[in-house]
Amino acid sequence: MIRIESGPFDPGAELAAFAARVPGAGAIASFTGLVRAASDGDTVTVLELEHYPALTGKTIAAIGEEASTRFPLAGLVIVHRHGAMAPGEPIVFVAAAAQHRRAAFGAVDYMMDRLKTEAPFWKREHGPGGARWIEARPEDVEDRARWG
Amino acid sequence: MARLLFFGRLRDSVGTDALTATLPDHIRDTESLRAWLGAEYPALLDGSIRIAVNAELGPAAAAVADRDEIAFLPPMSGG
Repeated sequence: MIRIESGPFDPGAELAAFAARVPGAGAIASFTGLVRAASDGDTVTVLELEHYPALTGKTIAAIGEEASTRFPLAGLVIVHRHGAMAPGEPIVFVAAAAQHRRAAFGAVDYMMDRLKTEAPFWKREHGPGGARWIEARPEDVEDRARWG
Repeated sequence: MARLLFFGRLRDSVGTDALTATLPDHIRDTESLRAWLGAEYPALLDGSIRIAVNAELGPAAAAVADRDEIAFLPPMSGG
């Protein structure tokens, strides 16, 4: 299941709802990405996440489909926010259910590496010193390259 | 008229998030479009900027036509 939305969400409630949809799975792994309170030493007051709606949904759907092809999954969920959010708020929630842990861990790792570099979002951090655009770090690109 | 969209830091470089333009006859693909617009907006010439045509990220020099929606995308940063 994939959702792209502007409002805040509760990662705990997402995980519980997902677990209820995959009865009998032996493993569920999840990842929650949060807005940092500081970035490179600068206080962050608001994170603004812009996206390209015509491309976002189908890109994230393709990432989910590829994860299902690569790993034996019982289900997966991706929730991604856009718009303005405050430090501590969740940005993204990804979970995968499988019979055994390796597939669940692997699928979450895979989906996050691709979301970081391929989902059409652009981040701008606002703080006391002004606003600046944040782009994927070289490590993000290296992480993505692990999957071929 | 083609609709041109600018995301992320390109919004600041170009000064707007969208423009409409009549493409001259010699602009047939994304790379000739990039070079043409780059004369006015050099930020578009950066090799890290990808170009989507009608919300499709295709080959490096994808065909463009006068009714297309053409989006200029800086490196993405999801998650």
